[in-house]
Amino acid sequence: MDELLDILRKNARTSTKDIAKMIRSTPAEVAARIEEYERVGTIRGYRALVNEDHLKEDRVTAVIEVKVQPEKEGGFDRIAKRISAFDEVVNMYLMSGKYDLLLFVEGKTLRAVASFVSERLSTIDGVLSTGTHFMLKTYKLDGVLMDMDKVDDRLQVSP
Amino acid sequence: MNGKSRVAAHVKALPFSGIRKFFDIVAQRKDVISFGVGEPDFDSPRAVRDVAMDSLERGETHYTSNRGDPALRKAISRYVARQFGATYNPDTEILVTVGVSEAIDIALRAVTNPGDEVIYHEPCFVSYRPTIIMAGGTPVCVETRREDQFRLTRAMLEKAVTPKTRVLMLNFPCNPTGAILLKKDVEDISDFCVKHDLLLLTDEIYAELTYDSKHFSFIAVPGMKERTIFLHGMSKAWAMTGFRIGYACAPAEISENLMKLHQYAIMSAPTTGQMAAAEALDHGDAAVAEMRAEYNRRRNYLIAAFAEMGIPCHTPAGAFYAFPYIGDLGISAEDFAMRFLEEKGVAVVPGDAFGACGAGFLRCAYATSMDNIREGMKRMAEFVAEIRAEKKSG
Repeated sequence: MDELLDILRKNARTSTKDIAKMIRSTPAEVAARIEEYERVGTIRGYRALVNEDHLKEDRVTAVIEVKVQPEKEGGFDRIAKRISAFDEVVNMYLMSGKYDLLLFVEGKTLRAVASFVSERLSTIDGVLSTGTHFMLKTYKLDGVLMDMDKVDDRLQVSP
Repeated sequence: MNGKSRVAAHVKALPFSGIRKFFDIVAQRKDVISFGVGEPDFDSPRAVRDVAMDSLERGETHYTSNRGDPALRKAISRYVARQFGATYNPDTEILVTVGVSEAIDIALRAVTNPGDEVIYHEPCFVSYRPTIIMAGGTPVCVETRREDQFRLTRAMLEKAVTPKTRVLMLNFPCNPTGAILLKKDVEDISDFCVKHDLLLLTDEIYAELTYDSKHFSFIAVPGMKERTIFLHGMSKAWAMTGFRIGYACAPAEISENLMKLHQYAIMSAPTTGQMAAAEALDHGDAAVAEMRAEYNRRRNYLIAAFAEMGIPCHTPAGAFYAFPYIGDLGISAEDFAMRFLEEKGVAVVPGDAFGACGAGFLRCAYATSMDNIREGMKRMAEFVAEIRAEKKSG
């Protein structure tokens, strides 16, 4: 993978100046390459990794397995695009295995998510069945442990 | 006692490591950003730790064969062959040790007769000189220089060799300078060893951590395997310092005698560590590559940061140390390190802890997080500016 992307994936707030030092480039060159990635859509955005368990506000996330009837023209794409357009759906993937689509759905309350599933999702033509699992706690998000990093307990000076 | 020390005179005469003194001072402070740590900041790869835990789960808590677990010795043989291009017999030519430190100790004791001269290079790892002395040898130091990127050349060695020279002891990639040897250097020095009929003791513990070119080992040079004790271990590239596993590859006669010393002093290397090491050697390449990529970014950052400060620093091509020169600031490395710690809370190690010719240099280990490196270099830039201002006004 491009080193630049690797660095941004680990910390998107790394400045162009710092990245330039890390990959022996110039800030202007780095900025230009990032801009190009943004232009062609390889980089689709930047956001904070928030540990939701730290927040007081109520929020419910459900993982929903959806079986759909593929269509002769376009397979899963038309229905998948339609489902992914819902604001409630935050992540969505086409899967191999016992179901077809995997959705991560967010709502303020359990009731809100339940009504999204029963009234809006399962009523779509072509949706054959859904299986809903509610998330209880986040241990790791996008490769980052939600527990704070352990302290560096190495000897402070060693040969 | 008659006021006499009960400690043997030759041990008493041995100086403490220069790094030890600094360690005690740093240990008294909290929240230090440390560039003084000579070990990886990464934890050992997950799969390696799992294998160690499984081994404990199975109750593998006993001695292994003195030479080391046979499966590990086979893994070492495979790894050394594919990585460094020399084949060693796991039954007669490979010995598993407690880190490379033990291997250095028993190797020097096994091959040094009283008064034999051992050539080594400074700045170097802190144990080299004392270990030569404890083995009854006479240490002969060759100083490497910034102008040569701290590489060792044949010409330097030719000046140091005498009829009493028996062993040449090397460590490239080098702690503390980060220097490497190029293929040509390795071939020239190999020629030198053959010409003077020397035994080569080569500590290549940082072999996997080179950034601009692939490491070229002495054992890859035809004719060198027969006169070489090749030392390597798991601590650095696999981030397994705490497992304490190193190894020595040597011709059977030497290996057998290394084994004798190892067997009387140690019995066998830690069993859990040996199981973990076999996993790392067979399946650890990807983890090593990932850590190397991260070290490389940090290295590049440091070099750029020193350049911005106007601090001369050769490009360290291996290990995880930068060795910048602060001699032009009008302050000794030791005073720099003490004041930098006091005033800015950042620890670096004075270069002379690694030999007198390290005076004026600092060892900055980049085995620490990018955040620490960024903040540490910011504070160093401030500190260097303050020192320059003092010099100007003073």
